[in-house]
Amino acid sequence: MIAAAAIESAAYELTRQAAIVIPKDYSNGIKAMLETEKNELSKFVLKAMIENWEAAEADRRAMCADTGLPRFYVKAGNEARVEGGFVAVEKALRRAVARATSDVPLRPNRVHPLSRVDHNNNVGIRAPEVDYSFEPAADWLDITTVHKGGLFGTDYRMLFPGDGLDGIKKFFLDVLVQFGRRGLACQPAIVGIGLGGSKDTAMTIGKQAACLRVVGDRNPDPTIAALEMELKTLGNSIGMGPMGFVGSSMVVDCHIEVAHTHTGGMPMSVHAFCLSSRRAVARLHAGGEIEYRTDPGWFTPYYRREGVE
Amino acid sequence: MKEIRLTAPVVPEDLAKLEAGMVVYLDGVLYTGREGLYRRILDEGLAPPVDLASVSNVNFHCSPAAAVRADGSYNVGAVTATASFRFSKWMNRWFDASGCRMIIGKGGMSEEDYRQHFMPKGAVYLTTVGYGTGALLGRGIKRVRAVHWLEELGIAQAMWIFEVEKFGPFLVDGDLKGNSLFESENRKINATLADVYAGLKEPALRRYGETTSRKDEVI
Repeated sequence: MIAAAAIESAAYELTRQAAIVIPKDYSNGIKAMLETEKNELSKFVLKAMIENWEAAEADRRAMCADTGLPRFYVKAGNEARVEGGFVAVEKALRRAVARATSDVPLRPNRVHPLSRVDHNNNVGIRAPEVDYSFEPAADWLDITTVHKGGLFGTDYRMLFPGDGLDGIKKFFLDVLVQFGRRGLACQPAIVGIGLGGSKDTAMTIGKQAACLRVVGDRNPDPTIAALEMELKTLGNSIGMGPMGFVGSSMVVDCHIEVAHTHTGGMPMSVHAFCLSSRRAVARLHAGGEIEYRTDPGWFTPYYRREGVE
Repeated sequence: MKEIRLTAPVVPEDLAKLEAGMVVYLDGVLYTGREGLYRRILDEGLAPPVDLASVSNVNFHCSPAAAVRADGSYNVGAVTATASFRFSKWMNRWFDASGCRMIIGKGGMSEEDYRQHFMPKGAVYLTTVGYGTGALLGRGIKRVRAVHWLEELGIAQAMWIFEVEKFGPFLVDGDLKGNSLFESENRKINATLADVYAGLKEPALRRYGETTSRKDEVI
């Protein structure tokens, strides 16, 4: 049995950790881009960001003041049992976000869309979002928090089978070019692409591809993995770098996730996870141990299953 | 890259030294203000909560990640700017109403805005770097002198008056000559952009849109 109090304290710790500490896979990816970047302005930006991550960690302060929209991805082992059930999990997650908002502090970003009323705690209607997935033959609970900023850098489009790879490449370029200018997408970004499914599925898996897979990870399908590498190279050949300056550092990695879709369509979404790619993960075991990490391990073979069983 | 350290409030002789692309650090006093402040003062005609010109002439488009402690003091963690292009419609009147001569924000405004609204008033625009160097900027804030309209506008939109030291880095986007760093970089990128799109056919289904040229910006 996993204790509800343990979930709240882990979620609180994750919320703080995600806001302050840049995941190593991402910072190493940016350091590697700095090695190949030739433009002086673009190099200046990347160096400033690396210094900023060091300052955030040393001072224990948030790396970016736009602390994004805190949300959670919960993967439950099929044998996991939680004290108070999943209603208790959701209550714990909401409490953790409210407490961490004033303690870290995070910016109280969540407002009602019409009245713009802010509860000053990042909690509200459908906030924080909680998404679920399940894993067979496991008794643990994985909690991932992601705090993605994001007025810019995401788009959706209904493409058609006849648009083919050209359509995919063109839409990918369009999103990077339009949101890359002036650095609105806060690039270099982990670019996530959702292909297929229903419209909402395309959006969901694209966002998960950006936020829940680490730099260097490849899709197990070799065709998709090759397309990931091709798009990464294409994005870095636009001639644009951080802040929309001349450069070659646009896409630190590209992740594509697919879902079976309507025979007539090929919906596509593009998402950019930014220079403050905030994610942190905790695994809670039935015995009470908690392990922290930064790789969500969200896309398991079971999560990507294709057959009936 | 050229680097310069200035004192806020800023003086015209210092602003004249700034060129698009220079790195700037600030010492002194500045205040935050964005749509909430502009709307109340410029659109609703409310009197400013404090004599702005006597405080500073540097306006930061910022929402800090901050909290009010139980004892009433302020815990300012990270500090970053918000995208400024949304506020350009207020700038002309703002310079007149506030005496502001330096805007710091995210991502700049258009070169046309600089020429129409900034140059005639002797004002410059600095952009934050990244984005955003929230922790470095948070370090540069030495004291919260006051917070105005916290109740009315909330933490993100309130007017925070900060005392700062080696506050930065910033990059000059709009200088007194009306140059924009972002737009000059755009022009260089646009020169080869067609090559990146070469050979890619148009999708079957078009979309309504306000702009169709990839050389345009969407701000």
